[in-house]
Amino acid sequence: MTVVFYISAAVAIAAAILTITRANAVHSLLYFICSLLATAVMFFVLGAPFVAALVVIINAGAIMVLFVFVVMMLNIGPQTAEREKTWLRPRAWIGPVLITVLLIIELVYSLAYYQAGETIGEVVEPVDVGIALFGPYLLAVELVSMLLLAGLLGAHHLGRGVLKFGGGR
Amino acid sequence: MTAMVPTAVGLAIAAVLFCTGLVGVLVRRNIIIILLSIEMMFNACGLAFVFAGSYWLQPDGQVMYFFILTVAAAEVSVGLSLVLQMYRQFGSLDVNTVNRMRG
Repeated sequence: MTVVFYISAAVAIAAAILTITRANAVHSLLYFICSLLATAVMFFVLGAPFVAALVVIINAGAIMVLFVFVVMMLNIGPQTAEREKTWLRPRAWIGPVLITVLLIIELVYSLAYYQAGETIGEVVEPVDVGIALFGPYLLAVELVSMLLLAGLLGAHHLGRGVLKFGGGR
Repeated sequence: MTAMVPTAVGLAIAAVLFCTGLVGVLVRRNIIIILLSIEMMFNACGLAFVFAGSYWLQPDGQVMYFFILTVAAAEVSVGLSLVLQMYRQFGSLDVNTVNRMRG
């Protein structure tokens, strides 16, 4: 299991470096999603299955889909189709696909060992996390829900149309 | 965990990821990639938290990751709508085009 951990750590760092060096925003997004998935495998091996599921569902699932939506919205035009064709060349997706296949192999391997209870650390069960969240951290959970509401209102206000900045002069 | 992966190694991995994100923020001029790098720094902080929680065998590290995730979600939603506004006003994603103040 230690080998699995180190491989996914290396994958996470390599994908992070590739994220900040790609010229194309979509390639960066693909590599960053790979980096997040590698982090999820690290969490799973470390004995934090709740956080691993959270990373896959919310971080790699929801937040990155927001990024993809914005990149798609910024490229509306007649040249979009041919740009899509240039994005889908094998050179663009072969790297993320290889990384993800490696992660799938690791995940299957660690799932097989998870049945035998051989993770690196002691598993902190989701039950304990839930009890902590709604016990001593209850006030923080409420505050965080307020923060999400504020984020929702801010995004709604800012995304409505073209705002007039500095119009009152 | 301490027996097989030393805590220092785990924290070093988190530090490397954080520094990668920091370099991305400082070097890149595309605002979407800057936002991605900020996400990367959030994620590295959460990794350090989960490592510490796994070291002490407490659920608090995972609780902190939960809070970091919600803060990141709120930041990204507002930040991306600001990116949309910026693209509508200036027609560019380059942060150097918006560094002029009209004061």
